Amino acid sequence: MKSAAAHTIHTMISWLLKAVWIAGTILVLLALQPLLQSGAIIDPYWFRILLLMGINVTLAVSLNLINGFCGQFSIAHAGFMAVGAYTSSYFTLHALYTPVRNLSFAQQATWMIGALLVGAVTAGIAGFIVGIPSLRLRGDYLAIATLGFGEIIRVAILNIEEVGGASGLSDIPPLSSFFWIWLIALMTIALSRNLLVSSHGRAVLAVREDEIAAEALGVPTTKYKVIVFAFSSALAGMAGVLAAHLDLSIYPSSFTFLRSIEIIVMVILGGLGSTTGAVLGAALVTLLPEGLRYVPAFTVRGYVVEMQAWRMVIYSLLLIVLMLTRPRGLLGGMEWSWHGLSRIGGRWFRGRPSDRNLPPEEQGEGDLL
Amino acid sequence: MSRRQGSGIRDPGSGVGDQEPGVRDRGNPGALLRLESCTRAFGGLVAMKDVDLEVHPGELVGLIGPNGAGKTTVFNVITGIYEPTAGKVLFDGKDISGRKPHQVARAGISRTFQNIRLFRALSVMDNVRIALHLRHRHSFPAALFRTPGVANEDRAQTEEAHRLLEALDLGHLSGEAAGSLPYGEQRRLEIARALATHPQLLLLDEPAAGMNDQETDRLMEIIREIRRVFGVTILLIEHDMGLVMGICERIYVLDYGEVIAAGLPEEIRADPKVIEAYLGVENDEL
Ligand SMILES: Nc1ncnc2c1ncn2[C@@H]1O[C@H](COP(=O)(O)OP(=O)(O)O)[C@@H](O)[C@H]1O
Ligand SMILES: [Mg+2]
Repeated sequence: MKSAAAHTIHTMISWLLKAVWIAGTILVLLALQPLLQSGAIIDPYWFRILLLMGINVTLAVSLNLINGFCGQFSIAHAGFMAVGAYTSSYFTLHALYTPVRNLSFAQQATWMIGALLVGAVTAGIAGFIVGIPSLRLRGDYLAIATLGFGEIIRVAILNIEEVGGASGLSDIPPLSSFFWIWLIALMTIALSRNLLVSSHGRAVLAVREDEIAAEALGVPTTKYKVIVFAFSSALAGMAGVLAAHLDLSIYPSSFTFLRSIEIIVMVILGGLGSTTGAVLGAALVTLLPEGLRYVPAFTVRGYVVEMQAWRMVIYSLLLIVLMLTRPRGLLGGMEWSWHGLSRIGGRWFRGRPSDRNLPPEEQGEGDLL
Repeated sequence: MSRRQGSGIRDPGSGVGDQEPGVRDRGNPGALLRLESCTRAFGGLVAMKDVDLEVHPGELVGLIGPNGAGKTTVFNVITGIYEPTAGKVLFDGKDISGRKPHQVARAGISRTFQNIRLFRALSVMDNVRIALHLRHRHSFPAALFRTPGVANEDRAQTEEAHRLLEALDLGHLSGEAAGSLPYGEQRRLEIARALATHPQLLLLDEPAAGMNDQETDRLMEIIREIRRVFGVTILLIEHDMGLVMGICERIYVLDYGEVIAAGLPEEIRADPKVIEAYLGVENDEL
């Protein structure tokens, strides 16, 4: 047993290390911001893609919490993103009278944090309210219910004149930036991975694996589903805040279920139940339309075919091919780790034997009963 | 099998098994578990009818009966998976009928399943650590930020899970995916996992099903030892009467959802109703 003093010192050092990590990350992002924005390293076009990628990483990693780790298939993420985008924009539009250009960095940061909190809390509450009835359902029924709720949120917004109806909100203050987008993306990844290695996170995995067994071991399954759903929604809300304050105008049509499906494609592409996979999927899906831009338009029987317009079709084909060749996604549920990196050259992604996401190996004997 | 013979249970050390059988009895003659004319119907089918059953602290009680007699249904009613259609389930004097399964687990009842229900894709270690969840103390936000307290608790959980796995001779498998274990080990892991909740009452649903004679013998050894080391009261379902006769102190016999006999193994063995129930189904069970 460690003495109380040693314990306290250990705790303080742990906190200190954590603080150093966070401060370091913030400093690096702050230093990168002007460097990247200046166009010296990447041109503005790719800079913008980097920003969109950060938002997509937040969306995919947060959706993976509910779809991948908790095993509850939800198609409502764009709806919660919309809640965050709209409430925070309404908040900044009405509360922020001073033109943003005249704000100091500290003031801007304060407003951004305020907007993020507004978006996260409202989207989290929306997730909680939607989650309670929907999460009683399973499988396809849950997917359909969440799809419905996502659309209800969008149609509700469409019919609220106060937030512009179909013409949306514009002149939103430009508070979002590379720094904030990637800070939230990295935070989402960190929180997600912290959760997974905790007792709460293992309870969440238990819900995915076998609800009856989880209950029998004292895991309140419904509670966990609702908590994870609300938390995941809150993160999606933050992504909405960042997107709104980047694009400066938002429309209900930006948050249709097609957007939700795009996020699901990211998660499935990378491999359900892997944070690394969600990041990879988000990166790929962000880059895909840009890649398609380079495919020249061609004509088939007089019709001009532009690959960009066929994005959703390409997603579908991509998913079908993936399901046929790598049903568990590109990473097959494995996670990236420093330790894995340091092992045999070339093997960047590693599945530890203790990896909680190993595919279940079917045992013939298991069928005896 | 190359496994060493005899008792496989090592004392898991501090934290587990620090309570003697019957300690919870507090001089109260009441049963730890009491079913009062419990009935459970599925539509027209009455799977469990007016079942009265008592398990006293420290006992090892058997529940037997032919296939489809309603034994598993009894467990499902006790653990809250099904609500009794009529009657009451009392645990430690409190009415627990109608509670959710996780609340029943929290109250101190743990179980295994006839069709093994491990978290197959998770490691052996994680299977046990999930069962330690009941006694964890940190909030969800604390876990998100992985406060030092969470990290410490995590280490403690890993250590305790490891002790438990060692005690059940599964220590060397802690990194394996639970679903990849051989059948007998899966059954043992399920018992280890159930014990990790520190139950007062352990319900074992056909723990020997699908095992060969050697494995069954070893399992009986393990069950006896678990009771001694962990001080847990056990209610055990078994299809095979031989096993039950060997280790149970008292036996209930269920047929068509009703208790047709209850008593000491010798009494049960000689009971004409029991013989008939078993003869009616499978001749060689006795
Ligand atoms: N959820 C259920 N729905 C309908 N019938 C059930 C259900 N569970 C059990 N039964 C029926 O109840 C009877 C008793 O089943 P069970 O308790 O599993 O028997 P045992 O464990 O003794 O073999 C069987 O006829 C079974 O089909
Ligand atoms: Mg049964």
